[in-house]
Amino acid sequence: MIETEAEKKTKKVYGEVYIDRERCKGCSFCVEFCPPRCLELDKAYNAKGYHPPVLARPDECNGCDLCGLYCPDFSIFAVMVKKDGRGVS
Amino acid sequence: MHADPSGVLTGKHYLDGNHAACEGALAVGCRFAAGYPITPSTEIVERIAARFPLMGGTFIQMEDEIAASIAIQGAAWAGKKAMTVTSGPGFSLMMEHIGLAAITETPCVFFNVQRGGPSTGLPTLPGQADMMQARWGSHGDYEIIALSPQSPQECFNLAIDAFNLAEQWRVPVLVMMDECVGHMTERVIIPKAETIEVTERRWTKKKPSDYKPFEPGPDLVPDMAKAGDGYHLFVTGLTHDERGYPVMNWQAQEKLVHRLVNKIRLATDKIVRFEEEDIEGADVVVVSYGITARVARRGAELARQKGVKVGRLRLVVVWPFPEKRILELASKVQAFVVPEMNYGQMVLEVERAAKGKTNVVCVPHGGGEVHDPQVIADAIIRAAKRLS
Amino acid sequence: MDDKRENPVNPYLRLDRMPSIWCPGCGIGTSVNCFARAITQSKIDVKKLAIVSGIGCTGRVSGYLNFDSFHTTHGRPIAFATGLKLANPELHVVVYSGEGDLIAIGGNHFIHAARRNIDILVVCVNNFVYGMTGGQVSPTSPEPATFTTAPYGQFEEPFNLAYLADSCGAVYIARWTTFHVRQLAKSMRDAFGKKGFRFIEIIAPCPTLYQRRNRLGDGLDAMRYYKEKSVVKNGAETKSLRIDFQSEITVGTFVDRERPTFLEAMNNRFQKALGDKYTPYPLGPSHQPKSQPQAQASA
Repeated sequence: MIETEAEKKTKKVYGEVYIDRERCKGCSFCVEFCPPRCLELDKAYNAKGYHPPVLARPDECNGCDLCGLYCPDFSIFAVMVKKDGRGVS
Repeated sequence: MHADPSGVLTGKHYLDGNHAACEGALAVGCRFAAGYPITPSTEIVERIAARFPLMGGTFIQMEDEIAASIAIQGAAWAGKKAMTVTSGPGFSLMMEHIGLAAITETPCVFFNVQRGGPSTGLPTLPGQADMMQARWGSHGDYEIIALSPQSPQECFNLAIDAFNLAEQWRVPVLVMMDECVGHMTERVIIPKAETIEVTERRWTKKKPSDYKPFEPGPDLVPDMAKAGDGYHLFVTGLTHDERGYPVMNWQAQEKLVHRLVNKIRLATDKIVRFEEEDIEGADVVVVSYGITARVARRGAELARQKGVKVGRLRLVVVWPFPEKRILELASKVQAFVVPEMNYGQMVLEVERAAKGKTNVVCVPHGGGEVHDPQVIADAIIRAAKRLS
Repeated sequence: MDDKRENPVNPYLRLDRMPSIWCPGCGIGTSVNCFARAITQSKIDVKKLAIVSGIGCTGRVSGYLNFDSFHTTHGRPIAFATGLKLANPELHVVVYSGEGDLIAIGGNHFIHAARRNIDILVVCVNNFVYGMTGGQVSPTSPEPATFTTAPYGQFEEPFNLAYLADSCGAVYIARWTTFHVRQLAKSMRDAFGKKGFRFIEIIAPCPTLYQRRNRLGDGLDAMRYYKEKSVVKNGAETKSLRIDFQSEITVGTFVDRERPTFLEAMNNRFQKALGDKYTPYPLGPSHQPKSQPQAQASA
């Protein structure tokens, strides 16, 4: 989903994603099931040789936290943040 | 701490061993039982099924002995004193969970009313052939405590002791009855509650952040907590460290097994219990336990009438075995005579403990009925004669 | 990205034991994530939550969760859980184990606990294989998948677990795959709000042994298969829920009914037989009327 500049300006909520790179095992569930497809596997790898995800398109993340729900290793989660910086409960 | 009077049926009763065992469990505060019907133990759970609901306790007849032997451990970790009841074939099924109770140090009591074996054997007739199994039946290295009552009164008394020992040492305790003692009816005196000593569970005084479920005290026994109190318990049958976390290396194995085994072995002197009669100056000592001890008393009498100086040593706590005392006596007596309703089980312990210092005579019996006292007497007389 | 933020699941985990031993792409961790979500949303008192598991990859769940965790013998968590719950009905007891543990060696305990309506939630992760021991056939393995103990392909009839649970009287039966994370979390939350024997089957990938050995790709490929071939049919007849090799998977909530739990039935019977002589056994928070709020977790 590519937003227009107009849409980006009016968007009130966006997502912040936190990734524990060393806990990740590179299974790709988060990449696959992120609805706006903002995650990609990093070309770099962690200490165990896995490729953790990176938030390749942060502007498209809406903080739905499906990545967090899918992750078998509890190494990623997202939060919804209001545009003024305060978190959405 | 004393028994809760509501569980104590104070008075003079005429009960069989099975019923007395149930009353002993109630008196000491047992309020959870899981079992499966098996002759000749079933009367214990039958009485439990009638009595426990009126005492705020729960009884559940599980689908098999395997379930029963682990359901009691769930109940123990929920904070209750728990017991199960069985006989030979069920005892075999419970072996895995005796090992689980040993490694998780779960206090619980198993009653085995022994019958003729092996396999289905003689369901309605006595045996004492599970004695070694009681000690070694589960896989791996561990220690348990086993008691052997010789009368319905003792079924009551030793049931109480069994629960107390389980709490004190955080170990599964086995009450090795037999069909004879279970089904014989005799006077059982149940004393007032205030005279019954009850060992409470070793509840930890530590806060959850400081508590480690398997951190031993000076007696090598850890204090206990229960589910639901915020202790984040981790109880596993895997080899574990003091937090209860599995650790898969030989160092952790050595540390844990060493402690589990020594917990009982180093405390043997505190745990063993036996009764002696006419030991002073005896030439032959009859070592026996359970119903056979009563028959052996008659056998000793008969031998005494023939002029043999015979003493008796009755094992009350069968495991751990009183090695020290046997070794002590071995250099004083000319022979031990060991009658048992099996083909030679505890006699092996007597032999081992005697370290070759004296003759050890086995008086085996396939089971199905008690010894003829004359057979025991003859064995005593022959043992004595071998010397002159 | 602010590193000070903690994964909201962290308080439920034994962080000193992370990362888990589960393979990359294994579905067990995903199911645990859904479970954590359900616990938070159901607002149960986590101090009273006990997890009992058996032996196997799914059996390791209890060891990673930071509640009262009991890792028992193979096949026996339901029997242990029965004792735990009956001895302290205040506890919320969840059995979390695999299909081999619960249905093969543990089958007897499963059917009786369901029959008795023991008040426990049984979460069964079904990956069609015995993973921990290296990939042997399990009661749900479909023909002609291969396993180390079925090298020429499985040929036995697979168990239909929902049907089994239904016929034994379970009061809540649902099946989801690890693709259906939101529905699974909701099912678990709904199950927390019920009493009696509740059963949730979770179809999950075993990438290393089931997928790889049968040339089905990895965990992600399994998830794509679940997404493509799952059909949601709430209320479907449990008899129709058979799963064959790479077949359609019917998911949904199939059974949601009420009947007296073991302790309710026990109290009823004893009250009828004994009258005033019987003091009813406590039933625990799960039996409180829905209008009363559940106890909140205290600090």
